[in-house]
Amino acid sequence: MFESKSGILWVAGIGFFLLAFVSNAVVPALMYRHIPEQTVAQLVNPNLRYQFEDLARRYPESFNTAFGQPPGGAAADDDWWNARCADALRAGHRIYVGEGCWHCHSQFVRPVSNEDKRWGPVSRSAEYQNELQRPVLFGTRRVGPDLCREGGRRSNDWHSVHFFKPDSVSPASPMPEYPWFFDGSPDRPNERGLAIMTYVQWLGSWHETYPLYEAWTPSPLTIASPEEPAE
Amino acid sequence: MTPLNTAAREQLPSHESLVDERLVRWYFVTALIFLTTSMAAGLLVAFQLIRHNPLSGIEIFSVGRWRMVHTNAIAYGFLANGFLGCLHWAVPRLTLRPVADRRLSWFIYAAWQVVVGATAIGLLLGEAQGLEWGETPVWIDPLAQLGLLLVAINFMTPISRMNGPVYVSLWYFMAAFVWTFLTYAMGNFVPQYLVGGTTAGAVGGLFIHDLVGLFVTPLGWGLMYYFVPILLKKPIWSHGLSLVGFWGLAFFYPLQGIHHFLYTPIPMFLQYGAVVSTIAVELVVTTVIINFFGSIWGNFSCVKENLPIRWFYTGMIFYFLTCLQCAFQVTLTFQKVIHFSDWVVGHAHMVMFGVFSMWIMGIMTYLFPRLLKRDWASRTLCEWHFWLSTVGLFVMVSDLTLLGLFQGWSWAALEPWDASTDFSFPFWVLRVIAGLAMFGGLIAFLINIWLTWRPSSLPESATPARLATA
Repeated sequence: MFESKSGILWVAGIGFFLLAFVSNAVVPALMYRHIPEQTVAQLVNPNLRYQFEDLARRYPESFNTAFGQPPGGAAADDDWWNARCADALRAGHRIYVGEGCWHCHSQFVRPVSNEDKRWGPVSRSAEYQNELQRPVLFGTRRVGPDLCREGGRRSNDWHSVHFFKPDSVSPASPMPEYPWFFDGSPDRPNERGLAIMTYVQWLGSWHETYPLYEAWTPSPLTIASPEEPAE
Repeated sequence: MTPLNTAAREQLPSHESLVDERLVRWYFVTALIFLTTSMAAGLLVAFQLIRHNPLSGIEIFSVGRWRMVHTNAIAYGFLANGFLGCLHWAVPRLTLRPVADRRLSWFIYAAWQVVVGATAIGLLLGEAQGLEWGETPVWIDPLAQLGLLLVAINFMTPISRMNGPVYVSLWYFMAAFVWTFLTYAMGNFVPQYLVGGTTAGAVGGLFIHDLVGLFVTPLGWGLMYYFVPILLKKPIWSHGLSLVGFWGLAFFYPLQGIHHFLYTPIPMFLQYGAVVSTIAVELVVTTVIINFFGSIWGNFSCVKENLPIRWFYTGMIFYFLTCLQCAFQVTLTFQKVIHFSDWVVGHAHMVMFGVFSMWIMGIMTYLFPRLLKRDWASRTLCEWHFWLSTVGLFVMVSDLTLLGLFQGWSWAALEPWDASTDFSFPFWVLRVIAGLAMFGGLIAFLINIWLTWRPSSLPESATPARLATA
């Protein structure tokens, strides 16, 4: 078996591969089979709707060009906003993946290294069981901060300026500029700009403790220097 | 190997009837074009990090998109093309049978360039798939899958027709043809269409890992088992260790994918399993390294003169370092600090450039004179290629590894986020310098190939037969 063609093809080639696939992929799939996968329409929540409507208030011209106007009538309007919000979320996700944002921003909080203090509650499986996590956007590198609790932390205006020219609000940031999300200036985001902001504002909006602000208290690990007067 | 007597030697098929040298040349040249593209893309990203990106704000030069071109061009443009070129040399010569069909070989060559080219264009247009190392837009995936199937058929035909004992290289090649096909299918289709969420993360981890472990690694080691004994003119030290190395890799490597996502919501017992099998594979790797150093034991001084051997063994040292590093970094203790940091980036460069690119460079250094029927135009440029690549890589990896520790500790200490990008700056500058050195090595190689290839460099009394069979 160890040096024969059939042994290598069937045992090493197919057998070991399948063993690994079953133990490492089929097992978690079975464990999580009872968690339903949410569609994008189901992901639209009041927190996100607030941010989406805020975009319409702040950038009315851009918003009308990109998404049009609500048809009128309370029930019809509600459906219209939800549908447009889902469209924007879907488009924003496509941009987030296409621009490679996920290569510098992770989307999960670990239970170690004080991460829950900086980012908020540790990530749970159910949070990833939706259409926008195909494939999942855990990420493997953090040049910039983790984003899975980013929604609601900063205003749409902040994001707009930040996408247009990151170092104008975040000094010395190595993040690239995205002028193609705008029609020339940060107060005129185009359809792509509105979509990516909707996506970023969605991240964490499902969470019960939304919005999660980064703790600004000094690290408990640093010792106050002797020169500073005690409070 | 037993020496062949004259009668037996006469019955051997001629080299020309086995190897399509023109195809090997085309594969190598294409591979180098993609390597140049990839390294240029890497430099663009490196300049962005130190905020000196000359192409900032231009959509088609979006750094995030070129970052994906950087990795995909290495995996599918450079390594895949380089390996296919090497396989078209090694497999027919090992099996003494040509590939299934030469027209099929050329079709695969053309189809694969369409796949890689379309991937690059798709990525630059913002059509990426959210799967690391598999960002190939979803509409290209089926074509790539078909290409991998044809590659397997083309090379498995001579192997299946062969009788007698199967040499180590062919174990690795056979397994690689099966694994690459399965890995690509698993990574590109399962998390996109079949499973979502955390399970998709487990599959994504398997894919990232298997792409290195089940496509690149077996092809690389198979080629080492082929070229090293030829160049050293003696057999591999221990057949038993070769067996341990192959079967150990085959068993433990596929089980490790989840170690890319430790501390995620993936079930913890699966994470422990991945950690244990990763440490186990390090022991297997050690046996392979011992086997190869046992083979060269006694005439190690040949690395001074024998450039391909020097490339191969430098790659093996980096391989050992990578795997040793891996056995530590995979532990949950290390993961707390180094995950998400530049440590991992350094590790990835040590594997992809320090090991497999170096091996392909060594094979190219060995084969180009045989393919072009003339010696290298400049030995000095060969040396520059080697030393700039090696020193550049070593500096880059040391720099990023150290930086990764600082970043991890800074984050865990809850320093403001900006602090970590601020103190990274000098390290990132050094990384640019190291990257430029590696790029300079490649330029030296390209110039050398051009100098060698020009018609005017053809020697008066070319001896193609001697070179081809040497």
